[in-house]
Amino acid sequence: MATATGVYHTSYEADLALRKTRAEWIRLGLIVLLVVSAPFLLNPFWLTVANQIGIAIIGAVGLNILVGHTGLISLGHGAFLGVGAYTSAILVTRLEAPTLVAIGVAVAVTTVIGTFFGLPSLRLKGLYLAMATLAAQFILLFAFRNWDFITGGTDAIVVASPEIFGFTLRTDFHWYWVIFGVAALVVFAARNLFRTGLGRAFHAVRDQDIAAAVMGIHVGRQKLLAFAISSGLVGLAGAMTAHYRTIVTWERFTLDVSVLYLAMIIVGGLGSVAGAVYGATFMTVLPAAIQQLARNVRDTIPMLGREIPAIQLIVFGLVIVLFLLFEPRGLDRTWQRVKDYFRLWPFRY
Amino acid sequence: MEQAEVGSAYVETFIQLTITGLANGAILSLAALGFVIVFKATGVINFAQGYFLLVGAYLVWAGMVQFNLPWFFAVIVALVVAVLMGLATERFVLRPLVGENVISVIMVTIGLAFVLQGLVQFIWGTEPRPMPAFIPRGTVELLGVPVTLNRIWAVVIAGAVLAALTLFFQRSRHGIAMRAVADDQQAAMVVGISVRKVFALAWALAAASAVLAGIIVANLFGASGEVAVFGLLVFPVVILGGLDSVPGVMIAGAIIGLLVSYTAGYVGGGLQQVIPYIVLVLILLLRPYGLFGEVRIERV
Repeated sequence: MATATGVYHTSYEADLALRKTRAEWIRLGLIVLLVVSAPFLLNPFWLTVANQIGIAIIGAVGLNILVGHTGLISLGHGAFLGVGAYTSAILVTRLEAPTLVAIGVAVAVTTVIGTFFGLPSLRLKGLYLAMATLAAQFILLFAFRNWDFITGGTDAIVVASPEIFGFTLRTDFHWYWVIFGVAALVVFAARNLFRTGLGRAFHAVRDQDIAAAVMGIHVGRQKLLAFAISSGLVGLAGAMTAHYRTIVTWERFTLDVSVLYLAMIIVGGLGSVAGAVYGATFMTVLPAAIQQLARNVRDTIPMLGREIPAIQLIVFGLVIVLFLLFEPRGLDRTWQRVKDYFRLWPFRY
Repeated sequence: MEQAEVGSAYVETFIQLTITGLANGAILSLAALGFVIVFKATGVINFAQGYFLLVGAYLVWAGMVQFNLPWFFAVIVALVVAVLMGLATERFVLRPLVGENVISVIMVTIGLAFVLQGLVQFIWGTEPRPMPAFIPRGTVELLGVPVTLNRIWAVVIAGAVLAALTLFFQRSRHGIAMRAVADDQQAAMVVGISVRKVFALAWALAAASAVLAGIIVANLFGASGEVAVFGLLVFPVVILGGLDSVPGVMIAGAIIGLLVSYTAGYVGGGLQQVIPYIVLVLILLLRPYGLFGEVRIERV
């Protein structure tokens, strides 16, 4: 990856800045413009998709802190999403807690549970940790389905549209601002996290845990912290899904969801905050686009309309496999290459 | 008198549960075996193993029902197709990822699992297909308890395959080469073993054993998505047995099978679905290398 030449930092502030060149500021402005104008331009179907993207961004950034930045794998994040959703929904429906309080408690509960299931990471790495978190996924899903006295079992919990500061969030349009406001905050916080000692310690643990320990980093504590932060953010995404969708059922938090979120960060780019955003967008738009496409060609090729679920599965799997084989560092890397191409044009390098 | 009757009913339930558990355990061992072969030789954890089972079951079903082949030929055809699939997986999906980090390797096999699941759904749909009865299905009395024959056959077939593979690993040239590669790839290369061929062989064997396991599972439950769910249960088995141990897999399969069966019989309430995973967590916390796996200690 070529770096820009001719950009000199003459002060520490400039060196530490998140946005360094004018081009970066212009791109940021364009993105803000796009995000702000989107809800006025999109039709209801795509507005719903946009809201799903926003929630997925929160979860994917959270998962990426654990997987991409700290190098620990988790197959249990689908269930952690469920912990957030169930906690918040139960607090609101049974205890009539205010929505914001419920979401706050949900984040705290998910953090604790996520950290608890992260405990095996103190001894285990790689595929063993994958197994341990897989077990967490199945155990939590069992709790959602069978602990009737807390979760209502296999029946769905119905949540009323929430009221925040005297304003009721009912339509997709209202929700859009809340979701993208929170998502922007999360992205900003995550970008900053990796400029602090804590974030750099995560990277050190990922790159070489023994060397990290030699440098005085408490590897175990960093791993648990990564689990805590990551599952806290995923819990936030879960709680928001609960209030946005107004229905909570265990079917939304299966192993497939864990895999979906992992797919997002792999497609986007492991260990990159921007990558998590790209991946969340890509993996949310993809099934929606397939669905729309199939609906359009259903009359000409009826077989395709019938086989949508199967086609979605195949495409989903192929996307994961092909990205890992041909662009293992994800869309983030693609974007860097595109930028380099135009910056260096007409030369190759 | 009454006391004795209650007692004998209790014993009967116990024997029944034990036999069911052992039969399921045998199938689990067989399903887990393909997993262990691949892990032993190549160090890859194959999350698609359950879907290999699924594909195997549907291939045999298609051969017998759609193409009207005698069961023997249907099984042969399924084995050939599955071996080709295993070889293709190794060559085109996993070989490019040699040396990549564990997360990528795990995710690529998960991606593969989705592709296989989608393909099976695309070709054969989602409704369960009853398997034609080519394994006898009657019941026999065993220790005074009625037992279905296909469960006994499952134990016999699984036992025979496991014994054959154990012999293969202990005695045959290729089996020893596989163990050498598993032990140390570079050293194996130095003594002239083709690591590539061993990898290919491992995937071929894994696919073939998955077909056999798939047939047995499908024979019990019909060819449907359930077969792949059975495939997910192999994780607790392989971890309990030790990821690289063939005898470990047999014993762990029996333990998990019995545990599930007793929990279902005596506790119930769906607990039998998660008990294997609770065992999995405990084993990982207390003894991550399993009962019989090679102890590798690395401290940070």
